Amino acid sequence: MLKQTEGSKAVAEAIALCRPEVICAYPISPQTHIVEALGEMVKSGELTPCEFINVESEFAAMSVAIGSSAAGARSYTATASQGLLFMVEAVYNAAGLGLPIVMTVANRAIGAPINIWNDHSDSLSQRDSGWMQLFAETNQEAVDLHIQAFRLAEELSMPVMVCMDGFILTHAFERVDIPSQEQVDSYLPPFDPRQVLDPAEPVSIGAMVGPEAFMEVKYLAHAKQMQALGLIQQLASEFRTTFGRDSGGLVRTYRADDAETMVVAMGSVLGTIKDTVDEMRDEGHKIGVLGITSYRPFPQREVRAALQNCKRFVVLEKSLAVGMGGIAATDVRMAVTGSGLKGFTAIAGLGGRAIPKASLHRLFREVEQEDLAPVTFLDLDRDAVNKQLEREKQTRRSGPIAENILYDKGISSTAKFG
Amino acid sequence: MSSKPFAITLKPGTSLANLTGTWRTARPQYVDRLPPCNHACPAGENIQGWLFHAESGDYEQAWRVLTISNPLPAVMGRVCYHPCETACNRGQLDEAVGINSVERFLGDEAIKRDWKFDAPAAASGKKVLVVGAGPSGLSAAYHLARMGHRVEIQEAGPLAGGMMRFGIPKYRLPREVLDAEVQRILDLGVTLKLNSKVVNIEQSMQQGGFDAAFLAVGAHIGKRTFIPAGDATKIVDAVSVLRSMEGEDKPMLGRRVVVYGGGNTAIDVARTAKRLGATEAIIVYRRTREKMPAHDFEVEEALQEGVLIKWLSTIKQAGEGEITVEKMALDEKGFPQPTGEFETLAADSVVLALGQDVDLSLLDGLSGLEIKDGTVQVAANMMTGHPGIFAGGDMVPSERTVTVGVGHGKKAARNIDAWLRGIAYEPGPKHEIATFDKLNPWYYSDADKTVRPMLDIIRRQTSFDEVQGGLDETNALFEARRCLSCGNCFECDNCYGVCPDNAVIKLGPGKRFEFNYDYCKGCGLCVVECPCGAIKMVPEDI
Amino acid sequence: MPYQPVKFYQTGTFTVGNRLLAPDERSVQSSRMRSNSINSGHRACQGCGEALGARYAIDAAMAASDGQLIAVNATGCLEVFSTPYPESSWQVPWIHSLFGNAPAVATGVAAAMKVKGRQEVRVVAQGGDGGTTDIGFGCLSGMFERNDDVLYICYDNEAYMNTGVQRSSATPPAARTATTMPVGPEPGNVFGQGKNVPEIAMAHGIPYVATATVADLRDLEYKVRKAMSMHGARYIQIFVPCPLGFGTASHDTIRIARLARETGMFPVFEAEHGEVTGVLKIRHKVAVEEYLQPQKRFAHLFGKHPHPETVARLQAIADRNIRKYGLLEKESD
Repeated sequence: MLKQTEGSKAVAEAIALCRPEVICAYPISPQTHIVEALGEMVKSGELTPCEFINVESEFAAMSVAIGSSAAGARSYTATASQGLLFMVEAVYNAAGLGLPIVMTVANRAIGAPINIWNDHSDSLSQRDSGWMQLFAETNQEAVDLHIQAFRLAEELSMPVMVCMDGFILTHAFERVDIPSQEQVDSYLPPFDPRQVLDPAEPVSIGAMVGPEAFMEVKYLAHAKQMQALGLIQQLASEFRTTFGRDSGGLVRTYRADDAETMVVAMGSVLGTIKDTVDEMRDEGHKIGVLGITSYRPFPQREVRAALQNCKRFVVLEKSLAVGMGGIAATDVRMAVTGSGLKGFTAIAGLGGRAIPKASLHRLFREVEQEDLAPVTFLDLDRDAVNKQLEREKQTRRSGPIAENILYDKGISSTAKFG
Repeated sequence: MSSKPFAITLKPGTSLANLTGTWRTARPQYVDRLPPCNHACPAGENIQGWLFHAESGDYEQAWRVLTISNPLPAVMGRVCYHPCETACNRGQLDEAVGINSVERFLGDEAIKRDWKFDAPAAASGKKVLVVGAGPSGLSAAYHLARMGHRVEIQEAGPLAGGMMRFGIPKYRLPREVLDAEVQRILDLGVTLKLNSKVVNIEQSMQQGGFDAAFLAVGAHIGKRTFIPAGDATKIVDAVSVLRSMEGEDKPMLGRRVVVYGGGNTAIDVARTAKRLGATEAIIVYRRTREKMPAHDFEVEEALQEGVLIKWLSTIKQAGEGEITVEKMALDEKGFPQPTGEFETLAADSVVLALGQDVDLSLLDGLSGLEIKDGTVQVAANMMTGHPGIFAGGDMVPSERTVTVGVGHGKKAARNIDAWLRGIAYEPGPKHEIATFDKLNPWYYSDADKTVRPMLDIIRRQTSFDEVQGGLDETNALFEARRCLSCGNCFECDNCYGVCPDNAVIKLGPGKRFEFNYDYCKGCGLCVVECPCGAIKMVPEDI
Repeated sequence: MPYQPVKFYQTGTFTVGNRLLAPDERSVQSSRMRSNSINSGHRACQGCGEALGARYAIDAAMAASDGQLIAVNATGCLEVFSTPYPESSWQVPWIHSLFGNAPAVATGVAAAMKVKGRQEVRVVAQGGDGGTTDIGFGCLSGMFERNDDVLYICYDNEAYMNTGVQRSSATPPAARTATTMPVGPEPGNVFGQGKNVPEIAMAHGIPYVATATVADLRDLEYKVRKAMSMHGARYIQIFVPCPLGFGTASHDTIRIARLARETGMFPVFEAEHGEVTGVLKIRHKVAVEEYLQPQKRFAHLFGKHPHPETVARLQAIADRNIRKYGLLEKESD
């Protein structure tokens, strides 16, 4: 059913259609609207049977989900940013135990400085946790990916994060096609756990594993994600059959056929990128787009295939490996190792910094001309950072950086220089 | 399991593959230590063993275990001086278990319910003569009969019981109790010939075709001492006084009776005199109360009944209606020495309670015998120097009590049985004694000893009714359950419970436990937490 | 009505079993049919109080739930010695997730059982004092305040034993641990309030809170049974001496627990909805020295350079417990 709705609300409805049995909720922006909506559905009886548990922390949220999933209940939670970091120990644990939990990450920056706006630092910090990570480009895709995520998680008995950009998607009102219960039911069978806590057939879950088998356990997790590469494509194809719509999969290209320059990105920024590419195409630029939906498992083969005919590419990512550069960019470059392709990294949109088309136009032209540093920061206020660097060079105790920059920008007059 | 995640999800209970018993440097072992009560019992009763059944209210089984050693529990429950209670570990916790009172309860219960002994074993074809129907003779006859031998008791007196009848007053041992227990022994097929004094043992054996004999004629001749006395003074011996109590004519002792001696017999006579109407019953004893051989509780009961005791005194002279006593003083070694101070006491009669001698005339001419200090010497197997003739009770050197006599009868019977089979009786190995330090007394409930009811004092002074009452079923059960079961597993399940490694196997009621050494790590918790000291640690050979 | 020991049956209910009791009065541990929730072959040290306490508690919970039980375990000795790959000692469905999240995992399991309409299946969570009073405390408090249908059992051995005997918020004052060494002017753990989790649990107003020891099996089983008869959040803290961490002989585990209770150092009580409803009275009161001296973790209080004033402060703690909980029988009783 088509409706004009908020992204969070649409996702909540999609989750409800997946018949979750246990939902753990802890408030953190910008994921709150999802669990608020779900909480109301459970309390009103619209979503039943389902236990909605207001926990005391994200760590507890994931822990409750671990317990309920291990006991055979389809389990869901949502978080973002600091919340994801606070639950990290349990995030790794859920994956290690092979529990098919689905979690929405409403992507948001990580402090300090505390910042509630969107970037991908939170999810990407968990890229090695053993969770699969699917990135939604639109709210429609966010809805669809959640439905696929339960199927994927439960078939492999591995947890899945569905990543959607905080505010940009979660709080955006868009037209979304919400599938019917019948459609979802035909696509997503009831949870048939691979292992379950049951007095009728006791098992011990969570053994201590020493050097004699630990490598194998870890390898098997890796092997599963490699299996997932095939399964994700198959599920997308089945999804098209059931729902009549392309959604999910590993990667998706846009106007890439004869592209000499490719732009690689994840999430909602692909929309702006596509608009910019359209305009540049109109102007005759041979430029195309590669959107990565499945960040974990990382589809190396598909990425390489998508890029092998271009001459250069730029990975535009909303995350930063401090002291290194790009995070996704590193993975992309790994995928094209030996191809001789020229690759650039553009760090953009950190902490919710807008990524306007104008900036993208400028960036993409520089990429076309290969006239930029290997790692570049989109719309970075060079002046501000240089002033601060200069200050620090002179005085070791030069005061709080953020305050100083705000002062430099004339936004604040209270900062004092060291 | 293949469908479950590798290594991190495990099958339940699979740790059985890990045999932690290899960690052990010492192993626990179940042992049966000898309870102090059993150790102290002259009759060799398995007291802890029969209390075990009494604790569960199975009095008949308790009685059956008891009577494996002693066929006279109702008697012994009244007259035994219970060294078992003196030895009882519970005495160090609160008060000793009232073993004697439970024994009496079981004996009385058996009489009340008319329990019979199990039928004797298959007949051996052997015939044994028992001389004397006192405690020792009756005990021997009982044991021999149960072993399958034909037994005949020849008793010189008119009734069975020996000193139990002719030495112990009725107020301590009602005769119907004695009669019932004697009859039960006879019911086993034992022949009792009364008024049959054996004059010559070899002759009697030959005539009756006996294969062996057990002599238990007792010590019935009252010891005399020379007291210068006028003709009018009545001087009698205690044994005669007590014996005549069983006859038609009660002894005439007068209103003021002096008893000379310090043993239990002296007390018995003094209390008897009191009951016969004496206004004064005075015991004259040459030493102090601490040195007195009579049991303290009997002294106490006598004093309660108004018996007077003159300590540190000897009788120097008896005149008409009075006697002269000399005061004594203890020397450094604790022996009484005359002081030269004299005193007169009014006395219508003087009863000498100075001990008894044995009438050994039946042994005249018997070869190989050794007689010493008026008693027959016996080897460790109770056999006299004459093959096939055994002896026990008061006629052999020993403490002269009913319990010792019963013990002799049992011991002699076992040895006679072995001798008749041409073998030597081998007693089982002596277990280590379960001393108090072997116990973990914390586990035992706080429970004070049950006091047996006593007859009121007026009736004690005027009648021969039994002084000490018995326990009823409730308090007998309570008293039995005060037993600590020293050194012997009573299946409290502590070892089974406290093992952190589930390495104790419970075998079920009556079957106790065993260790599973595959998993026992040797921590020793079971040993320390065993209430009764029935487990010990032994080092492993490493 | 608090637990009333049965007396006058030789050992009454002081021993694990008693053949003289009626079958329905007997302990779970005395039964040959007990579930042995933790099987033989586990790798706990000799004389481990936690292994024993866990079997006591989980067997009792199994009996009370008719075998319909799922156990959640925090990281710690119990988890390590019971489930090293490839062998598990557990005979009940069991899950270990993390050090600090056992209460939340248990909430999840209980929620799953509820949503699946299998409320006959009961959930027990368990952990050591570190996993409970320190790192797991947030999750524990959350589970309590939501009144989730979980019985949480803390096996309290008063320090982080698994990691090598470091101080926890349950470590008593003056005790030596690897992080409170017996050096300096105030050797051992500092005197302070520590963290009294049973009382904090009571402050949540949850249906049931109790303490118990491995030395008082019948009381322990009674409390587990009682807790299992209720729904909502329940908490039992069981004192389980650790031979390694306490520095005691492996055969002294139960004796030490008994002394902890008999001195008043570890008050044994129960509370419903925040109010104390019963205490297990001291049977034979003893001075704290008797409890402290056999333990090497208190050895620095005695010996060549004794600290009688520190012992006196510990005695004062015991006396305060005795007063506060009324641990002694009144003279008139």
